[in-house]
Amino acid sequence: MTNAMYREQILEHYKHPLNQGTLEKPDARHHDLNPLCGDEIEVFLKIENKKEKNGKGKRDESGKTKPNDAGNAIIADIKFTSQGCAISTAAASLLTESVKGKTLDEVKALTRDDVFALLGVPVSAARVKCALLSLKAIKSAAYAYLGEKLDEKRD
Amino acid sequence: MAKHLDIEKIRNDFPILKRRIHKQTLAYLDNAATTQKPQAVIDAVSDFYSNHYANVHRSVSTLAMEATEAFESARKNVAAFVNARPEEVIFTRNTTESINLAAYAWGNAHVRAGDAIVITEMDHHSNLVPWQQLALRKKAELHYISVENGELDGDFEFPENTKLFAFPHASNVLSTLNDVRSWAKKAKIEAPNATVLVDGAAGAPHFQLDLAKSGADFCAFSGHKMLAPMGSGVLWGKKTILDAMPPFLYGGSMISKVEQHQSTWADVPAKFEAGTPNVADAVGLSAAINYLKKTGLAKIHAHELALARQAQEELEAIPGVTTYGPPSNAKNRTGIVSFNVAGVHAHDVGSILDSDAVAIRSGHHCAQVLMGRLQVAATARASFYLYNTEDEVERLVAGVKKVKKIFGS
Repeated sequence: MTNAMYREQILEHYKHPLNQGTLEKPDARHHDLNPLCGDEIEVFLKIENKKEKNGKGKRDESGKTKPNDAGNAIIADIKFTSQGCAISTAAASLLTESVKGKTLDEVKALTRDDVFALLGVPVSAARVKCALLSLKAIKSAAYAYLGEKLDEKRD
Repeated sequence: MAKHLDIEKIRNDFPILKRRIHKQTLAYLDNAATTQKPQAVIDAVSDFYSNHYANVHRSVSTLAMEATEAFESARKNVAAFVNARPEEVIFTRNTTESINLAAYAWGNAHVRAGDAIVITEMDHHSNLVPWQQLALRKKAELHYISVENGELDGDFEFPENTKLFAFPHASNVLSTLNDVRSWAKKAKIEAPNATVLVDGAAGAPHFQLDLAKSGADFCAFSGHKMLAPMGSGVLWGKKTILDAMPPFLYGGSMISKVEQHQSTWADVPAKFEAGTPNVADAVGLSAAINYLKKTGLAKIHAHELALARQAQEELEAIPGVTTYGPPSNAKNRTGIVSFNVAGVHAHDVGSILDSDAVAIRSGHHCAQVLMGRLQVAATARASFYLYNTEDEVERLVAGVKKVKKIFGS
């Protein structure tokens, strides 16, 4: 039933989303939209090289991670701005929070089921695209940072 | 309103209205997107395939003659319904294809760099993107008539170099009804070389069109929004204009004589109907028109107007609900009510209504330019037609109250 989607947690994240806003000088950003409904999202990522075991970071002069080990870089911070419904906003809130500290390779491996698990409510077929918009945006930003392209069929 | 229409009898004619959704009876309030089909239309399509099916305009077999007769009778019926000549009625798939036909075949031949094309902020994408792209192809100017308080700006002055003026008979979002005759007249007085196209998608299902006297040169509409099957659409054009227009699609049926290196074209309307046409759905459109005529368009309009008024007034009485478009008691409107609930996205309104089997549309309604004008990302839209009831309006209103409760707004 549709109303099961609107549990307290979802409504709370819709009304008070985490990580809403922008980052100055983000290392990666991506704007995406759902042409069916006009929902829009933009994500901003601060990416840092993962600290080595001795606790020292490995960064080049610009502060950016070198491309060859970039998959190990972590998302140090993430913000988003969006215009969307309760499901897409709550998903963006929950997902941005969960990817903090994850490596880009881990972000690349995220699936739709991870988002559904975060939401914890049954998402009706008509609303799947709303739920997955932020996942697509975050993965696209990660792929773009790595100089790769998101394959929507595969990912 | 029951004294005008026998709603119970009408509802019995539409098998889908017996559908249960989430264990409740369907309340279908999305008629501006597409309408449901009466048994008479379903039967007409079925009868064509079961008893008269063959290709048209070709063989001399009895079946082929019957199929051709069914197709051309449908054309005559459509023509009579909108007061046009049968040869001026071109069958297409839908409004969008009709407008593209005009934009490519007429537009490419007539619009030149520096000409002006005038459209409106009220237009849905199907009457906007083809003209926008024609303007880009031809380096023509593109002008918009703005929307003020739900109405087209009557003070708009057409540039003298206007070659084409395209506008909607009715708004698919605001419910506003535009006076076709006076807009067409104004355009042609201020811009004597203007050709006028009316997008009839949101008007034809509700109002008797009189195209011969409309002052327009083209009119496009879809069958599926007026009880007919998907895939049945019409482009009407004045015969003199159609005769002078080059073809849009080339191939079979549209030719007169084909030689190795040149061809000549068939007369209208065949010139614009290349390939095997969608005969069954044209037959379905004809049956839909018969159903609308039998029921009475004026009665249908009075009925949907009363429901829209009831819905709009009850929705406006709910704190935090905003409606868009003309006031509830306006006469120049259709049975559409667009609205938003403060702090709730239209999609969520749509989902919660769906949980009570109330089907509405939520989104940008293929009218993103108008959404920009209204400064909203989306609206919820309820749209009424002949089979809707006061009880369904109450279910809509109760659903919106439930939305507010769930969102605590």
